Amino acid sequence: MKTVIDAHNISKTFNPETIPVLAVDKVHLHLERGEFTALVGPSGSGKTTLLNLIGGLDKPDTGNILINGVDITLLSANALIDFRLHNIGFVFQSFNLIPVLTAKENVELIMQLQHSKRASIEKRVRALFQEIGLEDKMQTRPAQLSGGQQQRVAVARALAPKPQFVLADEPTANLDSKSAANLLDIMAKLNQEENITFIFSTHDARVIERARRVITLVDGQIHADTAHVETNVAHEGFSTNK
Amino acid sequence: MWLMKLAWKNMWRNRNRTAITIAAIFFAVILSVVTSSLQDGVFDNLIKNVVSFYSGYVQVHKQGYWDERILDNTFAQSGAVERKILQQKNISDIAPRLESFALASSEETTKGCMVTGISPEEENRITDLQRRVVAGEYLTADDRSVLVGQGLASRLGLQLHDTLVLIGQGYHGATAAGKYPIKGILKFGSPDLNDQSLFLSLPAAQEFYSAESMLTSYVLALRNPASLVGTADGVRAAIGNTYETMTWEEMMPEIIQHIRTDKGSMYIIQGILYMLICFGIIGTLLMMMVERKYEMGMLVALGMKKIKLMQLLLMESVLTVISGCVFGIMASVPIVYYLYKYPIRFTGEMAKVYEEFGFEPIFPASRDVNIFLTQGAIVLVLGLLLSLYPMIKVVQLDPIKAMKK
Repeated sequence: MKTVIDAHNISKTFNPETIPVLAVDKVHLHLERGEFTALVGPSGSGKTTLLNLIGGLDKPDTGNILINGVDITLLSANALIDFRLHNIGFVFQSFNLIPVLTAKENVELIMQLQHSKRASIEKRVRALFQEIGLEDKMQTRPAQLSGGQQQRVAVARALAPKPQFVLADEPTANLDSKSAANLLDIMAKLNQEENITFIFSTHDARVIERARRVITLVDGQIHADTAHVETNVAHEGFSTNK
Repeated sequence: MWLMKLAWKNMWRNRNRTAITIAAIFFAVILSVVTSSLQDGVFDNLIKNVVSFYSGYVQVHKQGYWDERILDNTFAQSGAVERKILQQKNISDIAPRLESFALASSEETTKGCMVTGISPEEENRITDLQRRVVAGEYLTADDRSVLVGQGLASRLGLQLHDTLVLIGQGYHGATAAGKYPIKGILKFGSPDLNDQSLFLSLPAAQEFYSAESMLTSYVLALRNPASLVGTADGVRAAIGNTYETMTWEEMMPEIIQHIRTDKGSMYIIQGILYMLICFGIIGTLLMMMVERKYEMGMLVALGMKKIKLMQLLLMESVLTVISGCVFGIMASVPIVYYLYKYPIRFTGEMAKVYEEFGFEPIFPASRDVNIFLTQGAIVLVLGLLLSLYPMIKVVQLDPIKAMKK
């Protein structure tokens, strides 16, 4: 299996000068291509911070994060933006589609940032809308889509640039059960059929249930790391904080 | 192209807000164009009145005459020099003059006066002198009679067809004396001109001052007064340093000073207007930044470089400001044209003052294209400068903080 994320001894403290909050504490994390992983834990356990760190949105105070062999902690701010564009897909809790663009234009936007050719954008976007089952909604504005539909478009947007992995922060938090199940079906299908790596930060039992690996964070440290579906026991191949 | 499309769509994301911003710029451009146009129109009219009243746009004298305006500083009338001057494309007319002072006497009293020898026809084309004749007739080319200002005639106790005696000092200290019948009475709005002016035909003045063929000045009329300095430079180059070529601005610096002072107060008013526009634009930008902070953070998180985001915001600002400017300029064109065609008329005391000076009591508008372009450009530059605010915010943007709700 190909290693996608390899994080060593990463720590992150907020407000170091005033009231320090240790959000991530010496975490070691190793993820391989095709994983379907949930980061779980109580509020304030460091899930979102860890997701931000491996997504290159924030820099750790200590440690290194290698994505496909590239240490992103050494990249400049601009290089990091470029790296995210080509390697990391994001799905946010509140969909965050651009309201003035149609669903199709929202997905196209990322590929346009990548300077992809018009024909390849067209082909890729059509295929993605087929995957998410919203071919008939391509020209619809986000406001006319349901929450579930918007989140499916957000998944298509995350996948459009063919990233190394997709980070999803509470993707089902704002969805009803049916929409959440539908979204998870789509992501699971993409994971199984196209071997796309998904990492979720979630509280949602429906997501945890579908994940094949569950990493539990408590006080910024990895408390448990379990291969959920196949064995439901500690996955020895994955390192935890020491 | 897609960025422009996105900017256009973003611009209309909040239609009311964009419409209000464009409307604010629209009305500000109209106001600033119309006020500038009226101000320039009034000044142009003032200059036209003053210049056509007496001085002409440009005058040619013997070098040093303006500093010491005496008959010994005259020059010989020359057809060659006149031809060189008239060869300048912007010169439409030329009128020779011989000006000096003398004492005018009637049977009972003597007063000082300013004697001007003129070529009646040429002079009339430039200063419209014939229009000021309120009694009697205008001069002919070889007339041996005089036109006197109404005030001077009254102070001397003389009437039309009476005879006055002129006594003075002629060219190179010669005694100048002559007896002239009054052919016409002139009325000037300016009390100075009314009380002191006396006009003779040029040959009669030259004979009176023993200055045959001599002149103190050529008065020049221009086709396009806007090219004043360039034309004066052209004349200067054509006739050489023996002569001094002066624009009306050099001869009457007090008028320029008056215009500058007046423009200064107008700049303050326009400054306040621009400040109001700035507040309107900055208010929109602040609202926009607050509303879209999350989205901007998300775009940077997804991989949009900050420079691209800045371009996007700049395009949105430029499109909004340009729309307001273009619509404002388009709307101000017919307004200015109407005010040019049908100028605002003064009434009451102000009208009387203008009429007394022989000026039409109007508030005309200037159609100068530069006014439209300048005002449009000022608003555009202001808009662009204000756009720096969202740019700075984007540079400082931290996607994580921006996406925190």
